Amino acid sequence: MSETGIGASVKRREDLRFITGAGRYTDDIDQPGQAYAVFLRSPHARAAIGSIDASAALQVPGVLAVYTGQDLAADGIGDLPCGWMVKSKDGSDMIQPPHPPIAVERVNYVGEPYGLVVAETLQAARDGAEAVAVDFDALPAVVDPASAMQGDQLYAQAPNNRCYDWELGDQAATDAAFARADHVTSLDIVNNRLIPNAMEPRAATGCFDAASGDYTLYTTSQNPHLARLVMAAFVQVAPESKLRVVSPDVGGGFGSKIFVYAEETAVTWAAGKLRRPVKWRAERAESFLADAHGRDHVTKAELALAADGEMLGLRVSTIANMGAYLSTFASSVPTYLYGTLLAGQYKTPAVYVGVQAVFTNTSPVDAYRGAGRPEATYVVERLVETAARELKMDPTALRRRNFIQPADFPYETPVALVYDTGDYEASLNRALEHVDYAGFAARRDAAQARGKRRGIGFSCYIEACGLAPSQVALSLGAGVGLFESAEVRVNVTGSVTVITGAHSHGQGHETTFAQIVSERLGIPFDSVEVAHGDTSRGDYGLGTYGSRSLAVGGSAIVKASDKIIAKGKKIVAHAFETTDEQIDFTEGVFAERDSNRSMTFGEVAFAAYVPANFPLDELEPGLSEKAFYDPGNFTYPAGAHVCEVEVDAETGVLEIVKFVAVDDFGHVINPMIVAGQVHGGLCQGIGQALCEHGVYDASGQLVTGSFLDYCMPRADDVPSFVVDTTVTPCTHNPLGVKGCGEAGAIGATAAVMNAVTDALGVKELAMPARSEVVWRALSAA
Amino acid sequence: MEVTLTVNGTAHALDVPDNMLLVEVLRERLRLTGTHVGCDTSQCGACVVHMDGRAVKSCTVLAGQADGADVTTIEGIGAPDDLHPMQAAFRECHALQCGFCTPGMIMAAIDLVNTSEQLDEQAVREGLEGNLCRCTGYHNIVRAVLAARDAM
Ligand code: FES
Ligand code: FES
Repeated sequence: MSETGIGASVKRREDLRFITGAGRYTDDIDQPGQAYAVFLRSPHARAAIGSIDASAALQVPGVLAVYTGQDLAADGIGDLPCGWMVKSKDGSDMIQPPHPPIAVERVNYVGEPYGLVVAETLQAARDGAEAVAVDFDALPAVVDPASAMQGDQLYAQAPNNRCYDWELGDQAATDAAFARADHVTSLDIVNNRLIPNAMEPRAATGCFDAASGDYTLYTTSQNPHLARLVMAAFVQVAPESKLRVVSPDVGGGFGSKIFVYAEETAVTWAAGKLRRPVKWRAERAESFLADAHGRDHVTKAELALAADGEMLGLRVSTIANMGAYLSTFASSVPTYLYGTLLAGQYKTPAVYVGVQAVFTNTSPVDAYRGAGRPEATYVVERLVETAARELKMDPTALRRRNFIQPADFPYETPVALVYDTGDYEASLNRALEHVDYAGFAARRDAAQARGKRRGIGFSCYIEACGLAPSQVALSLGAGVGLFESAEVRVNVTGSVTVITGAHSHGQGHETTFAQIVSERLGIPFDSVEVAHGDTSRGDYGLGTYGSRSLAVGGSAIVKASDKIIAKGKKIVAHAFETTDEQIDFTEGVFAERDSNRSMTFGEVAFAAYVPANFPLDELEPGLSEKAFYDPGNFTYPAGAHVCEVEVDAETGVLEIVKFVAVDDFGHVINPMIVAGQVHGGLCQGIGQALCEHGVYDASGQLVTGSFLDYCMPRADDVPSFVVDTTVTPCTHNPLGVKGCGEAGAIGATAAVMNAVTDALGVKELAMPARSEVVWRALSAA
Repeated sequence: MEVTLTVNGTAHALDVPDNMLLVEVLRERLRLTGTHVGCDTSQCGACVVHMDGRAVKSCTVLAGQADGADVTTIEGIGAPDDLHPMQAAFRECHALQCGFCTPGMIMAAIDLVNTSEQLDEQAVREGLEGNLCRCTGYHNIVRAVLAARDAM
């Protein structure tokens, strides 16, 4: 292995700009003559918009314009669409209420924009916003998802406030499994609402060039090409060919920056109206209200078992809160990213899941790190652990009893996926070694002597990543293909520019992708540059989410690199007057078989652009190749997470004393970066279990609307982690990789809650398990 | 109002509104965009700079309060070919991902090392309580600060 090739922990090249303060985030980029936008946001969870009087606002010095939803509608601006059509079990389409970027007649959640003020300065825009007078006619709000179907009907087209009633699996077979079970474990589970809170608030600057009619949008997006597509095809701000979307350095996303929101749409439109750049940056208070939230499921789950622990059937019924509107991918999260994962790592032969998605007067809910898979893992792993306790079996033994075995792959689950490979016992065994499972009983006793209750919990998760085989996604209702694009441009002097449709907002693609290309083409790491995040530079691509960038985007880069090699062979064959089959390529050298003639990669690059008597109808000049890679299947990262906690029996104060994560991501390109991804995911998973909770009061006000009320995990809330990997290479992509971005957030939550309930000796405990919740459980016990 | 202050060794005399914050002076007037704004409640630490040698959240300091002060930002502590030990440790330990929290985190961590007698893992975790990072889970940040402690 070379020091910069595949498998090496190469230090990240993007770091230098970030540690010196030279990063360029959207808010760092100013445009000459830019104006500033402030959005008018609903103070009501549900209200009819009466008259909007902007006359006083327009008198505020510096205010340029006040725009309402009417203005956008009158200009032909369309709705923000949801890109995934889910069908109910009766075959009907999901219900998609109209979602104008700026509300026109009604507002349906606190923070929903109903207008914007644009001014010469931010201060003037704020003053202008203060001066706008609006008549709202407040209406009763529907807030709680569990009772939303009995609440006031929010949309004429959505009886019972239901978006869809979806199912997956064989209901009759599952009921039969329950009928013959020796034991049934059941749990009522609330998967708490989370607020993503990437540290960089969303921002957008729309620009319009009157001379060309071209629009440019600088925005904090995980997928600039998709933003352009949606804004062109649906919102119709500008044709795709007239709209460039640039997503520069982006300060974290975690899903929340996938979606196409009102604000970037409106500032781009406003830039065209005012013929000058219009900039907006969210205040954190706005981020809390206006970024799509995550999770928010209410679930009843049951597991049927034989007396010996064989898992016979799983039955799950979930209400998923969509919030007030369907955000970009919202409908797919509690269905195809959730129900399909409920087999977990187990051979449970019958699984049935029903999901009812409901509308409420809360911020829209969409994908947040893991998206559906953490919710599925939480259901399965809480049930399995609880069943083990009820059957008085060791929780690891119960899992082993039911694991899909290496010989079973490819394994078709009862919920529509085909797992290609894995070795679940290998990860579990490694995790047990790291945590010293054998020594747990002694540690528990020692803790007892110190007045602490110690508990251990496991989570053996699986996820479907590498989204996605377009054919599968399209057949299930996706509105876009989910391939990825890549271009490998060999420059005249032999350096290489790689352009990917994926987007890096912390993942380190500029380093990892360069490692891949440098190894594949046998050229120095430093001569490979990676570009991303600008629709004018590369082909249409799908961006970064769902742990897809390496498995799909990386595979596209490999494909394009291989085309470069093939073209290089042709060029060399021409130079040597032989055929390209006679040319071998290894480590950057093209050599003629059975001869001592060869050309280096650099020489071939030069020859490509100085095409001395090329046979032009067979061999074009130049050395630049593109590829679109569409995966053959999902990838299936899986692993075993183990958590040990100690609870102070007096105070309820809880501490995670050990956390071990052993993950199988297939081959690993850069172990340092992979470990970092796991650490971050674990912290978010632990945050869900122990402190984070997006709470609305009964009137629909967000109670947790700042960092004072919404508890983000801080450095002293989490431990140092032990992370390790086992490897079963993915069988269907050229790198054998599976993806690592979400695993931590998927696996950790259940491990923590299994440990906490073990320590307390309780069956169920609501998340987040803050000290107060723990203390109450202790007192009740 | 008139404010004079030194930023990264350069003296500036500026006419600013009374309610202008130090972070706004840095980002908007001096175009030093390495200092970030991550919240509006003084909770995230993305905006930490040094004022007269001590870490402050520049979103809670009025420009007027910085009158006469010596301010150092992330741009002022090292250069790409001459990194501060804390910058170097962050890179070496992969203590950053998206980089948004990083300038504030580095400035807070330098102050923490400078002002602590004994700095172990727990003290680092408690000392960085005022700085949020959503990407790294803090694991590698803690490692980096402990490594820089030994190098500073
Ligand atoms: S910007 Fe968050 S503390 Fe200053
Ligand atoms: S590195 Fe992204 S917030 Fe810390």
